[in-house]
Amino acid sequence: MKNILLTLGLIAVIGASGFNVLAADAAPPKPSLEDRVTDLEAYVTNGSRQTNAPTALATSPGPGHNAWQMASAALVLFMTLPGLALFYGGLVRRKNVLSVLAQCLGITGLVTILWWICGYSITFHAGKPWFGGLQWSFLNGVDSTPNTDYGGWVSHNVFSMYQLMFAIITPALIVGAIAERMKFSAILVFVTLWMFVVYFPLAHMIWGVDGLMNGVFNAAAKIKAIDFAGGTVVHMSSGWSALILCLILGKRLGFGKEPMPPHNLVLCMVGTGMLWVGWYGFNAGSAVAADVVAANAFTTTTLATAVASFAWPMAEWILKGKPSVLGFCSGAVAGLVVITPACGFVTAGGAVIIGIAAGLVPFFFCFKVKGWFGYDDALDTFGVHAIGGTMGAFLTGVLARNVANPNLATNLKDYVKDTAFQPLVLEQLKAIVLTLLLAVVGTTIIAFAVKAVMGLRPSEDVEASGLDVSEHGEEGYHSDAYSSGRPTLAAAAAITGPVHASAASARRPATI
Amino acid sequence: MEERIGILPAKARSHARYLCENRPQTTTNVNHLCAMKKIEAIVKPFKLEEIKDALSGVGIEGMTVTEVKGFGRQKGHTEIYRGSEYTVDFLPKLKLEIVLADADVDSAVQAIIKAAKTGKIGDGKVFVSSVDEAVRIRTEEKGEHAV
Repeated sequence: MKNILLTLGLIAVIGASGFNVLAADAAPPKPSLEDRVTDLEAYVTNGSRQTNAPTALATSPGPGHNAWQMASAALVLFMTLPGLALFYGGLVRRKNVLSVLAQCLGITGLVTILWWICGYSITFHAGKPWFGGLQWSFLNGVDSTPNTDYGGWVSHNVFSMYQLMFAIITPALIVGAIAERMKFSAILVFVTLWMFVVYFPLAHMIWGVDGLMNGVFNAAAKIKAIDFAGGTVVHMSSGWSALILCLILGKRLGFGKEPMPPHNLVLCMVGTGMLWVGWYGFNAGSAVAADVVAANAFTTTTLATAVASFAWPMAEWILKGKPSVLGFCSGAVAGLVVITPACGFVTAGGAVIIGIAAGLVPFFFCFKVKGWFGYDDALDTFGVHAIGGTMGAFLTGVLARNVANPNLATNLKDYVKDTAFQPLVLEQLKAIVLTLLLAVVGTTIIAFAVKAVMGLRPSEDVEASGLDVSEHGEEGYHSDAYSSGRPTLAAAAAITGPVHASAASARRPATI
Repeated sequence: MEERIGILPAKARSHARYLCENRPQTTTNVNHLCAMKKIEAIVKPFKLEEIKDALSGVGIEGMTVTEVKGFGRQKGHTEIYRGSEYTVDFLPKLKLEIVLADADVDSAVQAIIKAAKTGKIGDGKVFVSSVDEAVRIRTEEKGEHAV
């Protein structure tokens, strides 16, 4: 009897534990056909995956959205290299053209390294509302699986690389204001500090999942602001910082006395075209999906840019007598800047209004206000990016409409009322003020610090002979007539050895 | 030049040499001793082909052309780049330099003027000066044989 009871008990225990083991190893619930179709529909419409049972799409990026994101990242890099490089390169004097290219190239490499080390983590990992955590340093944990906080169907690493391109072009915009008169070494040090003090925190606040100013996606945001592709993050930050830096740096030698016209408007126009095309990745790519929001952003970007590109030279024609190519180019860039924060939130009509404003207000600043104050903003970074970005952020508040973007209804029902002076406008103003303060105060401190430690300006000799030959040892344009092409003495000595020595001794004056 | 001075009467020789060396005071007679002249013509750039053809027509087959900038009575223009205005006084011109035998100077100058004239301000100017020596590098010929 005891044996039977023991045996039964043993069987019961084994059975129970066996059952537990079976339960622990149980496969996740099999998705039904309906579950799988739901997930496929979610992929197509950029919706959320169903939660009944994980399908094959549970950790997969959606190829359409991922492809558009990768293309957009390439387009935004194209905006810097060589779009901005040529746009700015053509506007400076011949002797400084390479310095602009070197600055764009240098910033690209530098910011990429910072992004990998901890920049991406600080900007996009949750942490504080104004500064992210370091858990994604060295891109740990950032793999090809989508991060549903930012883009449900885009690979996380692709999203990171996309945002890297924004981080690259933002400091590159600043070099426009201080062109032709800042040391390369000082620029690299300044940019490193600026990324940590201004860009990473600002981008975190506007776009981070727990960002202080992420009105669209952070229900707990203190400032319910919206910024689709970076009117505050990219343009206001770089534009206002550029103004401060150019004031601290001072004017170019000979400014106001020597003529300093653009040395190659052809390069400038080529760069403008590249900026415009690349900007589709900047704006429509910020939807982080190839969906209806991206489609709207694509449309508004086109309309605003083309209208602004037309308005600026028309204003020139009326006020100055001739429409200029530089006017077309500046108008296009201004239009792109102003539509940047608004593109995913406004309708086609709103985009046209923005285009007209973008063609006229920055025009006024470049033509009149700059002259009144007399500061040397060499390539009008302040006039176009700061003023354009600020105006864009404000107009986004005025012109955002629910019909343009269903995401506005998620957290901003009380702010976006589809009227001109909706509560959103006040939130935008708060974001504008905070951005302005961060950019201005941050840049002031950094600029003076770098100035104290290593100086900002090259010597007068270097500036007068041109940064290209002095800082980079190269000339942008050669004419064969004036170079000998002989190897240097050092190279010749390596080949001829003793001859060099005897020639040198022959030249030594005879001593008695 | 010595050959030609050599044929003069002795009294005239040193005087001729002096006059030839101090060119501004040279008279037409002594010009024959300095047998080559240089024409410098500043003209409007688009007239180059016409002038070249006109000079070929009178037998002049060589010249040197430089791109220059200058102004006389013709006014320049204003360029505006985003609010910065620049007045450009210097206008592009071409400078033609032709060294030729003295006997050919008049017909060459007339040919240039006829071809280059538009009647508007800015047509340019022609200068004629004397040349001491000319040498063809390939054959080392000197004097009029070299031009």
